[in-house]
Amino acid sequence: MSNKINGAVEIRWHGRGGQGAKTACLMLADIAFTAGKYVQGFPEYGPERQGAPITAYNRITDKPCKVHSNIYTPNYVVVVDETLLKSVDVAKGIKKDGALIVNSKRSPEALRPLLNGYKGRICTVDAESISIECLGKNFPNMPMLGAIVKVSKVIDANEFVNNMRESFEHKFAGKESVIEGNMKAVVKAMEEVEAGE
Amino acid sequence: MSRRDRMSGNEAVAEAMRQINPDVMGAFPITPSTEIPQYFSKFIADGKVDTEFVAVESEHSAMSVCIGASAAGARAVTATSSAGLAYMWELLYVAASSRLPITMAVVNRALTGPININNDHSDTMGARDSGWIQIYAESNQEVYDNFIQAMPISEEMRLPIMVCQDGFITSHGVSNIELLEDEEVKNFVGEFRPENYLLKHENPLAVGPYGTSPYYMEVKRDQAQAMKDSMPVIMDVAERFEALTGRKYGFFEEYMMDDAEVAIVIIGSSAGTGKEAVDRLRMEGKKVGLIKLRVFRPFPRQPLAEAMCKVKAVAIMDKAECFSNSGGPLFSEARNSLYDLPNRPYAINYIYGLGGRDITVEDFYEIYNDLFIIYDTNKPGDIYRYVGVRDSRYGEHGFDHKKYDE
Repeated sequence: MSNKINGAVEIRWHGRGGQGAKTACLMLADIAFTAGKYVQGFPEYGPERQGAPITAYNRITDKPCKVHSNIYTPNYVVVVDETLLKSVDVAKGIKKDGALIVNSKRSPEALRPLLNGYKGRICTVDAESISIECLGKNFPNMPMLGAIVKVSKVIDANEFVNNMRESFEHKFAGKESVIEGNMKAVVKAMEEVEAGE
Repeated sequence: MSRRDRMSGNEAVAEAMRQINPDVMGAFPITPSTEIPQYFSKFIADGKVDTEFVAVESEHSAMSVCIGASAAGARAVTATSSAGLAYMWELLYVAASSRLPITMAVVNRALTGPININNDHSDTMGARDSGWIQIYAESNQEVYDNFIQAMPISEEMRLPIMVCQDGFITSHGVSNIELLEDEEVKNFVGEFRPENYLLKHENPLAVGPYGTSPYYMEVKRDQAQAMKDSMPVIMDVAERFEALTGRKYGFFEEYMMDDAEVAIVIIGSSAGTGKEAVDRLRMEGKKVGLIKLRVFRPFPRQPLAEAMCKVKAVAIMDKAECFSNSGGPLFSEARNSLYDLPNRPYAINYIYGLGGRDITVEDFYEIYNDLFIIYDTNKPGDIYRYVGVRDSRYGEHGFDHKKYDE
């Protein structure tokens, strides 16, 4: 709705408490800000507990964005935890030219039967394997951040990678291996994300 | 020179506090304002400010610390939300009647019953009669700008001030912001030089003595007069701020009101969502407007009434229910302000957004639509309404609950 006026890209994140969906959402706002955009990054809070479904949102616009509601008809949805497909209608409201991006080892078409009749574009990326390979642990949020930037093209991919390094250096000052691991995970996810129809 | 940055509303308050470098902060954490003392105590630990941070065991004590510090001639700040503000209640009145210019960041959150951590205005609306100035913000930028303007207003009038923002919506939402340089903030806020204070040995002062009947009423009358006299001071500070930043502030903001036929009056972050609805309806040729109230105490009775009289029907929106059976607190006062004006508009009330209930651009369409019905028919209908709520009177299928289920 709002992108008619303001060139807005609206993104909804679904994750579980503790997986870093909120962190990835705020990081995307950070990176888009550095790229000269107007940004909003905000989590939806309920009773806080590890493992509970959480939602976070981004609005990325060319002009200042006034809307302060949640996002019901996003351009893109990122699912950080595949098990949420069973309990949350993650594809709800996605715009016709939008896409759903799921952290999954399966192919996009294999996920379609789980999506309540969703007919739009599905992309998958195995963020778990990428994270374990690059970081030695399952932190799927940063690979998912790479995937959403690649699929949405909301920021130029090269600019994103450069800015990402700066953000990590700020966030993990002095922890060279963490910075390198995260950068590797982001870039690998951008290469590997499988874009379905 | 301004600095472009991005941060949450809570970070913006902590940043403004860092630039001001107050003498004392007394604080106790409560969601969603916890981050303010959290960020600020990092500034203290890093030596960026020399504020005395008093970690207390409750909000009652947090406000007591501020009262003691302020009475001693220090600049005191705190932050709280919801039940934390409720627990300060007794002390709010002590601070105001002792004429202590304390600056408090309030991150608005629903009062408990049932327990809820999300945004509405029940906490500060409940404290509206405590004698504190209240200023509300739509965006992170306004949160920051209001906090910097608050201290000069408060210290000039010797009235404590609440700088309010919507919990989670702005407090935890990251967005673009323009910050002032530290020196600019320090110059704007200036030094705190109270005329009299506890520790001034040449003129010892009693603070908070018993107010016997021969004196109590004069104290109250003086507080009321100070609240009235703060009106021009709020405007002076806003003009000085505009000269510095180019950002204009007043008692309220009029959005597309000049030729509007109907309008919404609203406080806080949802004003932005309402403005988006105005923009889109204007593209369809509909003459709609919006008034965003920034200052609730003192209540800008006359200018607000005059602004509302530009249209034929207004919807006055409350993010707090006060169980008066006559509408919410903003409605009662705004509608009351219209009484003396012969060309007054129809005025109806909507209660919205309680306990974090989302309000969307589409909800605002509905409200403007309702206003145009009144505009066309000259029949206000029920003046006390709710928007965005399941309505049990219409049975299980009488509402669209899909939006609220997640």
